Order: sequence, then C-alpha cells, then structure tokens
Amino acid sequence: MTGFRTPQGGLIDRSKPLEFTFDGRSYSGFQGDTLASALLANGVRIMGRSFKYHRPRGVWGAWFDDPNAIFDVTLNGRTLPNCAATTTALIDGMQARAVNAFPTAKHDLKGVLDRFHALMPAGFYYKTFIWPNWHLFEGMIRKMAGLGRLDGELIAGYQSAQHHDRCDLLVVGGGGAGLAAARHAAEAGQNVLLIEDHPALGGGLFRRALPVEGQSPADWIAAQQAAILAAGGRILTGTTAFGVFDHNMVGLAQDHGFAKAPSLWRIRARRILMTTGALERPVTFANNDRPGVMGLDGALEYLARYGVAAGRDIAVLSNNTFATAAQPLLEQAGCKVTLLDATRGPAKAIGKTLRAVDHNGQRIACDTLLVSGGRTPVVHLWRHAGGKLDWNNTISAFVPGHAPDGMAAAGAANGTYDLDDALSEARAVALNHAAPPARKPVPMPLLQPDTNSNTRQWIDLQHDVTLKDIKLAAQENYVSVEHLKRYTTLGMAPDQGKTANMAGLAAMAQLQGQSIPETGTTTFRPPFVPVPLELYHGARRGQLFNPLKRLPLENRHRAAGAALGEYGGWLRPAWYSDIDAEVRMARNHVGLLDATPLGKIEVMGPDAAKFLDFVYYNTIATLKPGHIRYGFMLTEGGIVFDDGVVARMDPNRFVISCSSSHVAGVTALLESWRQDGNDPDRVFIHDTTANWATLTITGPQAKPVMQALDLGVDLAGFAHMTWQTGHFHDTPLRVARVSFTGDTSFEITLPSAQAEPFWDTALQLVQAENGGPIGIEAVSHMRAEKGFIIIGKDTDGETMPHDLGFSIPRRKKRAAFVGDRSLHSETANRPDRRQLVGLRSDTLLPTGAHLVTGKRSIGTVTSSYHSPTLNHPIALALLENGANRHGEAITVWHMDREIPATVTAPCFLDPKGDRLDA
Amino acid sequence: MQQFPCPFCGLRDEREFHFAAEAGKIRPDTTQPVSDADWAAYLHNRKNPKGETREVWIHTPCAEVFILKRDTLSMAVLGCEPLRKDIP
Ligand SMILES: [Zn+2]
Repeated sequence: MTGFRTPQGGLIDRSKPLEFTFDGRSYSGFQGDTLASALLANGVRIMGRSFKYHRPRGVWGAWFDDPNAIFDVTLNGRTLPNCAATTTALIDGMQARAVNAFPTAKHDLKGVLDRFHALMPAGFYYKTFIWPNWHLFEGMIRKMAGLGRLDGELIAGYQSAQHHDRCDLLVVGGGGAGLAAARHAAEAGQNVLLIEDHPALGGGLFRRALPVEGQSPADWIAAQQAAILAAGGRILTGTTAFGVFDHNMVGLAQDHGFAKAPSLWRIRARRILMTTGALERPVTFANNDRPGVMGLDGALEYLARYGVAAGRDIAVLSNNTFATAAQPLLEQAGCKVTLLDATRGPAKAIGKTLRAVDHNGQRIACDTLLVSGGRTPVVHLWRHAGGKLDWNNTISAFVPGHAPDGMAAAGAANGTYDLDDALSEARAVALNHAAPPARKPVPMPLLQPDTNSNTRQWIDLQHDVTLKDIKLAAQENYVSVEHLKRYTTLGMAPDQGKTANMAGLAAMAQLQGQSIPETGTTTFRPPFVPVPLELYHGARRGQLFNPLKRLPLENRHRAAGAALGEYGGWLRPAWYSDIDAEVRMARNHVGLLDATPLGKIEVMGPDAAKFLDFVYYNTIATLKPGHIRYGFMLTEGGIVFDDGVVARMDPNRFVISCSSSHVAGVTALLESWRQDGNDPDRVFIHDTTANWATLTITGPQAKPVMQALDLGVDLAGFAHMTWQTGHFHDTPLRVARVSFTGDTSFEITLPSAQAEPFWDTALQLVQAENGGPIGIEAVSHMRAEKGFIIIGKDTDGETMPHDLGFSIPRRKKRAAFVGDRSLHSETANRPDRRQLVGLRSDTLLPTGAHLVTGKRSIGTVTSSYHSPTLNHPIALALLENGANRHGEAITVWHMDREIPATVTAPCFLDPKGDRLDA
Repeated sequence: MQQFPCPFCGLRDEREFHFAAEAGKIRPDTTQPVSDADWAAYLHNRKNPKGETREVWIHTPCAEVFILKRDTLSMAVLGCEPLRKDIP
C-alpha cells in the first residue's frame, strides 16, 4: 500500500468522486482517472497475474504499453473482457476483475504454478505437442489459455460507424511535435487532420512539466489547438491510428466510451507524419517483475495526469538524464528519491513486497523502483508502410530510416528527444522540408542483461518470458528473432511486446555475441493496439451482410403462403404447401412457377452471332431468329461454367438465359471476352435480368391455360424450343417454349411492373385447371426425374460437356470456342472420367455419399430425391466411366453405412420426351 | 486498401476491381493444331514478375476492362491504359 493521491495537480476533476470495485473490494477515484490510476491512488499494488506462472503483477506503465493490468469490467450489466486498466476511463459503478486470476489477483490459487516454473521452460507447449502425447496436456492447457471471460451477452446497438475521409497531412500523435507540425501545416494552407489517442492533447508535455517555448504546458497546448482549428485543421482525440495500409490508407479507431463501439475511419492521407513519441524501455535485472517495479515515464504520467504518486520511498534505476529531470518532480510530490546508475552493475529487487534494491554492492531501501533503460521510438506505423529502420548508436535504438512514400517522422518517434529540437524538426517536416540537425542529442547507452546470472530476470512480463527462456532458445538454435518470438512466445501477448521486444533482442544479441541491428527485429503488423472485430464489421450484418435479391412478386408469394428461402442469392418460394403434392399437381394438371431469377442477358451487334459462337460450346450462329438452343459455356480449361438457353431475337440480337445464380459471373465473363479479344464496338452486352419477371406454366394442362390467357400467340404452331411475342392487355411480352420439367411448358417474360396483374390472372386460370403455384423445390424434384442437371450441384470443377453426354461440338464444331483445346487434352480423353449417371436404390441415398469399389471412391451422389411421380428414390451421380456402367450394381458408402444401388441412365421419366407435347 | 485508376471512372478503391489476366498473352489459334505444351503454357504459365507488371483488370461497377501497370513489390500504381487501342 504505497501509491497515494497527491494533494493537488493532474488533469482529474477532484469535485467529481467516482465509486468502483476491483476484485470485489470497493474503492473511489475521480472523474478523469483510469482504472489503473484510481487503483494506484488507493495504494493497490497487485493488479494482475502473469499468463503462465500466475506471478503477482503491479501496473508497469500508464498507457497502452502496460503489460500487466488487464481486467474484465462490468458496468450497468454490460461486461467487456480484457480491458487494459491503463486506458479504460473510470466510470462510477464499474466493477473490475483481474483476468487470469482466481479468486483475485492478490490471492490467486494458480500462483502455485510458479513453483513448477522449471517444468515449464520455453517451448513447453510445443514440446507437449510432440511428447509424450498432446492429449494428456490439452485439457489443462486449454483451461489455462486465454485471458478474459466472455459473458455471452450481445450489447444492443454495438455497431461501429464507418467513415471514409481524406486529408493532405495526417499527423499521428498530439504531443509537442504533433501539435507544432499540425499548426505549421494548417497555417500554410494544408488540409490537416491531427489525431491523439489520449482524451487530451499534449502527449509527453504533461509529465515533462517544464515550460514550452516560454509558456506553461497547458497554455502552450491550448494555443496550438486554437491555432490549428482557426486555420481549418481538424483534431480527433481518443483516436488511435492502428495501422497503415496500401497507398497511404490509415485505419483510425475512434473511442466513444465504455461498451460503445468505436468508429472506424479509413483515411486516405497525401502525407502521414508520425509523431508517435517513444516508449520507456525496461531494465532487465533479477526479480524485475515484482509489483512496485515500474517504468519511470509511467510513474511521471500518473503524477502529471492523475495526481498520483507511485510510492513514497522511490529508487530510480536509469541510464539517462530523464531520471535527473524527474527527481525534483517526484520530490515536490512528497517522495523520497534515490538515483541509481543502471550502467554500473546488475541490480536485484528484494522482497516479495518490494522493500529494497541491491545495486553496485549496496542495498538501497525503497518501496518503489522506477526504471528507465532508454527509449524505444514508436515506429510501428513506419514499418506497416514498409519504411526501413536504422540503428542509432547514440540513443541505442532503432529509428526511422529510408521513408515510405508520403511518410515522415518527427520528435521522439524519430529519436529526437530534446523538445526544442523536436519542435524545429516537426515544423520543417510538416512543410516537407529537410529537418535541421539536432542541437542537443540525448545519449542513452545500451544496457545489456547479465546473461551469466542464474537469477530470474523477466523479459516479457505479460507472457512470462525470462532471460533463461531466451538462453534456452539460443541453446536450441532458435536464434532468428522470428523463431525466438514463436518459440518463447516473446511479444505475442495482447501488448505485442511493446516494452518486451527490445529487451529480448538485447538479450539474444548478447548471447550471440552480435550487435542488435545484426540480430534484427520481428515484423510489425497492424493493429497497433487491440481493436474489437466489430470495428471492421459496421453495418455488414444480418440481411445487409449479403443482401438478398427480391422478387417483384414476393408479396403475392407471401399471400399464397409460400415458405421463402435463399436460392443463389434470391429470396424465392421454396414451396407453398407440400413439395410432393406440388410435383403431382404439376405432373397431372398444371403448375405456375416464378422463374424471374433466370438470367436475361442481351447480346447485340453485328458481331453478336460470331461472338456467341466463340463463348458457347455449342454452335449458335446457325440458330434461326425465333428459335432457342440449349448450350454450355466453358472455361478455357474446358470445364462447364454455365448452362442455359439462348434465344435469337433477330440476326443481331440474342437473349442468354443463364442459371439464376450465375448472372453476374456470366456477364463478367462475356464482358471480359468482349473487350479483351473482340471488337467492343461490334458487340454489346446488357444484363436486363432485373427488368423482367418470368413465369412458367408447366404441365399437361399448360396449353388450355395458355388458350384462356389469350396472349395473342399462335399456340397451334408453337413448337418446342421456339419463342413468340405476345401481349397481356397492353403489355408486350415474350413467350418461350422451353422445359425444365419435361412437361409442356411456356415461359412468359414481361416487364416487372406488370408481374402482379399477370400473376393474378394466370393463377386463377391455373387453379381452374386443378393446378396451382409450385415452388423451387418441386421443380428441383421434377428436373431430377428428367436427369436435367444443375451446374455446380450435378457438376464439379472437373466436369466437361462430354461427361454430361454432350459430345457433338467437341467432335465436330469447326469454329474456335472458349475451352476448345482443353477438351482434347490427355485428361479430357481419360477413360475413367466421372460421368453423369442415374442411381436406383430402395432407400433414399444421401447427397454427397461416395460410390465405392473396395475402399476407393469412384464417384459421388450429386442429387437425391424421393420421386413423387415414380414413387421411388432417384439420384444423380458423377461416376468414373459411368456412361458404360448402366445396369451395373454399385455400393454407395456414407458414414460407415453401405447401401446397394444400380447404375442407370440419368433420365428416369419419359426418356423419349413424349410428355413435352402431351 | 490500394487505389486503382479506371480509364472510365478514375481513381477507385481496390475492392471495386477484379484481376482478369496477365496482359499481352495471346490466345493460340485453336482452329489450327496447338501442341499440349503451348496450350498448357497459355492456360497455366504466368510470368508473375517481382516488380513492374502489366495486367488486365476489370472495374466491376462500369465493367471496363483495361490494362493496369503496377509494381508488385512496392505496390505502386504506374498507370493504366484502355484496352481498345490494342485492337488493330
Ligand atoms: Zn470504371
């Protein structure tokens, strides 16, 4: 119990006290606190348990770099897991619980794990995968893995707004350098956007607590902010740039408070200026994970922003002059301060509750040990964009090197630690000028760990990676940094090693006798800080995730009691009453089907016939106006891409009726052949599917219905596979005689706006003939009875037209066509190609079941139904050499069950086609 | 997210485009004999260069098929040209 609230100071509002609980105990804080600052002010030391050994952990930093304090937080019945205590603003009534600890962080039952640390070395998990048997460990490891607990409740309205915006200059980081740059650029006329992840602008200026260009930090910050806004610049606080993506697109996550979805901004910036500052670097020494050991910058942040001192009796272990500047600030707050030079020998923390530090042959009593092992410039965004890093020996750090296009860095992020130097640099870079040389470099000698010591020295506090683990990795030859990371899990915790990685690199370099730049860095990947998946989700949910296409007759179908389902992206009537009854009704009398989703792509122009001859497997040029032909489109690999009918309107105009679900794909294929390889001025493609409704009247009583409809077509001379124009009242329409059921069928296509009155009339006449509406499921049964295929269901990525029994164009067509040469490859000529067959059996066969010979699969069931017309099961299948196996017995295998079946021709009903003109 | 120039619509986000083919690949005349090797090369072999490429892309909203020059290493877009001037 050592941290305390100072009598004054900080950005908090002391007139607004807030109550909250942590691990069941009650505390109070102030408006403007974070959970971590309020707990520290209450003297709470232990705020979490480490991931692997469940060691007690105190808070280390004051912002996103803290690896230790991670809470599940409940407020007003809403629980969010894995909230960083250092970045979660305190709200009255919050209930926080440390993750990975039971029952509390202070008394964690799994703390006993720490005694077995020798049994859990680096690569422990990987080793259990291999020996003796992963399953012995799986249950235990799965239970231990992961951090926060989900409560399983969805938060209503948790939806991220999606913004798209652009600017001339995006300044990332609203500290001294960022403010100076944003003002300078905005006043020079640039469209500037400045973002800062804290709720307040100012960055490191608060903890520095010295005048800025003659003004107090607060006054200077306010002056820059006012000037930026006055010059037309924009400022977003509480906003994090979590990644830089291709072509200078930056992803911003804008915080809106606890349990409210952040907004996503996709910013396209002409230039990005990285003024992201630098992070405190830890010092690696014995027991450096003890609660009470903190980063110096973190402690100064708590003091400056929240009026909280980290302890009363403070030792500062540091390799740089920031510690000297910090001493008076801590003393003013009432702390006793001892400065220790980290370059002079190894240190060791003493006491489970920190009571001293051994250093340089002395024991110095203290309740808090602040460490500063140098600085690590925050270069993540630089690396996201592909920028290079250079090693700077003066400050012992990687700094931005060769710049990616449209990107620059300034201030501490660029290794420029002196404030005046940083401001001059930022102002120059803001206008794309060269930065003046720094006048006051701040040297920071490299600290390397004592690799000969057998003490426990922590590298990654969150994932419990110690120096010993790095040594083991080196010994087992995992010396590449990428291997080191994965073997020890260094830097793989939620903080992504923001503080740990440099310590790990320094240790590995030391062990290998290399320099740090020789050792290298691991890859920096977005997101910079964890963001909820919701951020990318936005409105793409429910129906909007993949919007369905809707039929103009949807209301009529609903009124008729249709069960609607998704078929190829369309919401269609699956059935109205009973599938079998619909099939029998259509076979015995007449059915009315909404076939509107069928593709209607017009191909026009003087080269249209030649063009279709090229894109179709079948010859189209010989088709006479008024006639219709069934055909396939292939890929260049000879695989069946789509089937459907082509109707010729006149010599230069065709309508392609492709599969309902393939319209977009077929249109794109036609467009790409039209523009790439043909003269685009002599052939035009126009997808008119959405403009027309298509209704099919099918069955033995189709003709009487057509007679009664009186559409002005010549029914007596209306041959199968021809079409005629007609009219319904004043509405012109097309009637085509094609059949997907095997029965006499008329397809009537008319403008969507006239679909409802036509449906009403047609339905009445159909019902007068003992018929009614039929859904897509009934039609699927009927087409299977006829052996008519559905592309993608009864064909797969290897099916060629001759596998389906359509081999004449392959043998005889002279003109070039897409996929032609592929139909004569060695593969295309194999005798064991899978060919379309029918299957008869006494039981319904599972779709997808294998056809087997011995243990080998030689085919699959592609469609399977109980035929209402024939009153027995039928199935279609693709079977090796199937065309020559009609009549053979075959075994169908499914989930260890074997079912006998007989191979037949694919057509089960009316093979001669007598019903077409019944 | 990359930005590509459509010769018809201008600069648009990458997600509006689809890659179609490597540019400059000529379809063999299949009315004449084509060897297995030549056909396989046409179907499957891609130069896939590291660096500058010429590719055929389609801008799906307007259906314009065009040639995009870009650098596969730096992701820089080097320009675009409409396809139709390639037609003799
Ligand atoms: Zn376009």
